[in-house]
Amino acid sequence: MSLPSPHADSHGEVDPQRLRALLEGGLPLTERPWQALAEQCGMSEAEVLAWVERWQREGLIKRMGLVVRHHALGIRANAMVVWDLPDTAVAEVGRRLAAEPAVTLCYRRRRCPPEWPYNLFCMIHGTRRERVLAALDDIVERQALQDMPRRVLFSLKAYKQCGGRYIHEDQP
Amino acid sequence: MAALDELDRRLIDAYQRDLPLCERPFAAMAERLDASEAQVVERLQSLLQRAVLSRVGPVFDHVRAGASLLAALAVPEAERDAVAAAINRSPGVNHNYAREHDYNLWFVMTAADEVQLEARLEALEEELGQPLLRLPMVEGYHIDLGFPIPWDELEAS
Repeated sequence: MSLPSPHADSHGEVDPQRLRALLEGGLPLTERPWQALAEQCGMSEAEVLAWVERWQREGLIKRMGLVVRHHALGIRANAMVVWDLPDTAVAEVGRRLAAEPAVTLCYRRRRCPPEWPYNLFCMIHGTRRERVLAALDDIVERQALQDMPRRVLFSLKAYKQCGGRYIHEDQP
Repeated sequence: MAALDELDRRLIDAYQRDLPLCERPFAAMAERLDASEAQVVERLQSLLQRAVLSRVGPVFDHVRAGASLLAALAVPEAERDAVAAAINRSPGVNHNYAREHDYNLWFVMTAADEVQLEARLEALEEELGQPLLRLPMVEGYHIDLGFPIPWDELEAS
């Protein structure tokens, strides 16, 4: 079998956008999910697999598998911890926090003074608020961040939680 | 917690990432988990139906996938649900949380590109009649919610 070329799009032969839009909604749960997607977007199963392999390799797809809704499992204490760190230190602290097992997300964001002075965000997920706060105290102590201004914003309610929808057909 | 049996848990533990990229991925997963393909498909359908999973499939890198922005809003508590509903109706919103702060609504708006994103944000600001706190990401250090599920802790709580 000859492998399809994922580069064919540059010649207008294959439109991978339709496949991406379908993938954002998840795989159909049938024995041949790629075949089902292929039929919906006018590709062969092998072409679909080649595109997905390429997107994984290029990093457009970060991971592929079961996307868990933590809240439904009982992981309901979700703290967004925000820090006001010197611009010269934020990247290094961000990398250290990212390596902490309790930290589930960590990124730098632009400050928006005066309303919002914080430039580093990290998430700590857990079953109970006390455990999350204890994990944070432990991190602050070990990483010597006691003097850095921070706030903890626990989530109160999830109004929406779903995967990104970047490909929008017929939408403003 | 939704009642999950051992096979459900093993599925989640083994396949939050690295779903096999082959013609019959659920058969490959079943083989590793010592189950049948039909069982795996049925479990995944059930987990999805019970909203334990939001989907089975790819997680796109949002920086490469398109444009997105974290935004926050301070609204009176009594109006929070109504404003959240308006935000949810906007195209491209994929996360929307109430949090404990004066800025009590936090959401992520996504779009195909920056132009579309800006148009959506402006349309929402106009509808709500107040500006959004816009907090673009500068650099990601760890962006992956596929962390191990602490089953023991869930059991105990």
